[in-house]
Amino acid sequence: MLRQVEGSKAVADTVACCRPEVICAYPISPQTHIVEGLSALVKSGELTGCEFVNVESEFAAMSVAIGASAAGARAYTATASQGLLYMSEAVYNAAGLGLPIVMTVANRALGAPINIWNDHSDSMSQSDSGWIQLHAETNQEAVDLHIQAFRIAEELSLPVMVCMDGFILTHAVERVDVPEREQVDAFLPSFEPRQVLDPAAPISIGAMVGPEAFTEVRYLAHANQMRALEVIPQVAADFAEVFGRDSGGLVRPYRCEDAETIIVALGSVLGTIKDVVDEQRERGVHIGVLGITSFRPFPLAAVREVLKNVRRVVVLEKALAVGIGGIVAANVRTSRAGLELKCYTVIAGLGGRAITKASLHRLFDQAGADELESLTFLDLDHDLVNRELDRERRTHRSGSPAENVLRDVGIVAARL
Amino acid sequence: MNRECAMSAGPSPLKFYQVGSFAVGNRLLDPDQRSVQSDTERSNSLTSGHRACTGCGEALGARVALDAAMRATKGQLVAVNATGCLEVFSTPYPETSWRIPWLHSLFGNAPAVATGVAAAMKAKGRADVRVVSQGGDGATVDIGFGALSGMFERNDDVLYICYDNEAYMNTGVQRSGATPPAARTMTTQTVGPEPGNAFGQGKNMPRIAMAHEIPYVATATVADVRDLEAKVTRAMSIRGARYLHVLVPCPLGWGSPSCDTLKIARLATQSGLFPVFEAERGEVVASTPIRHRVSVEEYLHTQKRYAHLFSPQRRDDTINQLQAMADRNIERYGLLPKQDEAF
Repeated sequence: MLRQVEGSKAVADTVACCRPEVICAYPISPQTHIVEGLSALVKSGELTGCEFVNVESEFAAMSVAIGASAAGARAYTATASQGLLYMSEAVYNAAGLGLPIVMTVANRALGAPINIWNDHSDSMSQSDSGWIQLHAETNQEAVDLHIQAFRIAEELSLPVMVCMDGFILTHAVERVDVPEREQVDAFLPSFEPRQVLDPAAPISIGAMVGPEAFTEVRYLAHANQMRALEVIPQVAADFAEVFGRDSGGLVRPYRCEDAETIIVALGSVLGTIKDVVDEQRERGVHIGVLGITSFRPFPLAAVREVLKNVRRVVVLEKALAVGIGGIVAANVRTSRAGLELKCYTVIAGLGGRAITKASLHRLFDQAGADELESLTFLDLDHDLVNRELDRERRTHRSGSPAENVLRDVGIVAARL
Repeated sequence: MNRECAMSAGPSPLKFYQVGSFAVGNRLLDPDQRSVQSDTERSNSLTSGHRACTGCGEALGARVALDAAMRATKGQLVAVNATGCLEVFSTPYPETSWRIPWLHSLFGNAPAVATGVAAAMKAKGRADVRVVSQGGDGATVDIGFGALSGMFERNDDVLYICYDNEAYMNTGVQRSGATPPAARTMTTQTVGPEPGNAFGQGKNMPRIAMAHEIPYVATATVADVRDLEAKVTRAMSIRGARYLHVLVPCPLGWGSPSCDTLKIARLATQSGLFPVFEAERGEVVASTPIRHRVSVEEYLHTQKRYAHLFSPQRRDDTINQLQAMADRNIERYGLLPKQDEAF
């Protein structure tokens, strides 16, 4: 049903339609509205057959989900940022145990310095954990990906992380077609676990594996996730049949035909990029966009297919691997092995920094002229960072860079 | 007193005290009063063939506790295990000693995982399936402390059993928050002016559990398996969060002969260092009296981890401090009938 609704509320209502049996949550901005919505649905009796557990930490949230899933229940949780890091040990464990948990990550920056606004540092930090990672561009896609996530997870017996940009999507009120439970029932069969804790057929789950077989077990984890490269498009096709919407899949190319420049990105920034690309196309620039929906497994072949005839690729990403640069870019570079094309990494939108059309126009113009550095920080205030670098060179006890920079930009001073 | 003597006593009540251990001979009891372990049909939840050390207190405690829980739940039981000795020695891939559904996730999350299992069973209408979560003292009082407190506070339907051997034995005997003062571990070595573990404030997990006002808290040792069985049975008759703290001597970590595990556990209770009691909703409701009181010295002498208290020179100051801890327990839990205070 079409509704004018907040992204978090739409996701909560949609998850409820997926008939989860155990939901566990620990509050962290900007995930809170999702779990608040679900707790109300359980408490009011609208969502029956579901236990909502208010836990004492994100580590416990993922652990409760692990226990519930191993006992054969459809389990869901949501988190963000520091919370995702705090549950990291259990995140890896859930994947290693092959438990089809679905988790929303309301993408947010990682501290220090503490920052509650959006970027992709949190989910990127867990990209090698064994979870499937799907990134939503819009709230409609966030809704649709959650429904698909349960199907994918349970078909492969692997956990799925649905990433949606914190605040930008979670707190945005816009028109969303929120599904009816009957529609979801037609698309999502009940959960049939691959292995389950059952007194009638006792098994041991989580036994120790030594060097004699650990490599093989890890290989199988990889092989299983690579199967998702087939399952994800199939599930998206089935979804389109039931819901009449094209949503999900591995990648989403936009105006890539005859493109000389391709911009690669994930999440909500794709909307802004598409607007800029439309305007550049009107000026006759041969430019297109490749949105990556499935970051794990990374669709190497699908990305390569789009890149094979272009001259350059600009990977614009909301995360930074300190000491090397791009994270998505490193994956894209793997996919273009052997292709003759330039690859630029652009770090943008960290900690909620707005990515404006004006900045993107400048960036794409520079890229088109091959005047970009291989690693660029969009809208970086060079004077500001150079002043701090000078300060650090001059005196050893230069203090906190975060505080120094804030003082320089005047925010702290203005409050004093 | 042997069986013949007891039987020849005619109509007078049977005396079960046979071997100086307070053990009760099952053969003298009616079948329905016999221990779970004496039952040839017992579940053998943790069956033979596992790789625990000889004389392992934890292996014994786990078998007794889970067999009792299996009987109490008519076999409708799931066990969740923290990382540690019990997990490692029972499940060397691809073998398992567990004959019950068993899940190991991580070191610090066993209480939360158990909450998840219990929530799943409730959601699926299978509340007849009960959940036991178990771990060593490190998993309980240190790394899993937050998860355990959360499970208590929510009053989730989980029995948590701590097998306390007073240090991180699985990693090679390092100090935990449950390591007693003066004890030698590999991270509290017997060097310097104050050898062994420091005297801290202690981390009394049963009392911390009681502070959550959960329905049932109890302590037990492997020296008295009937008592352990009875407490597990009582715990499984209650819904909500329950906590059982079981003292399980570790021959390797404590430096004691593997044949002395039960004897040392008994000395721990008879010295007053380990009080055996039950509490309901935050109040102590019963304690097991000391039958033959011993000094803490008698207990300390049995273990190499305390050898530095007696050689090269005797540390009366430390021994007296430990005796004071035992005296405090005796007073607090009423472990001695008034007429029997001297030893």
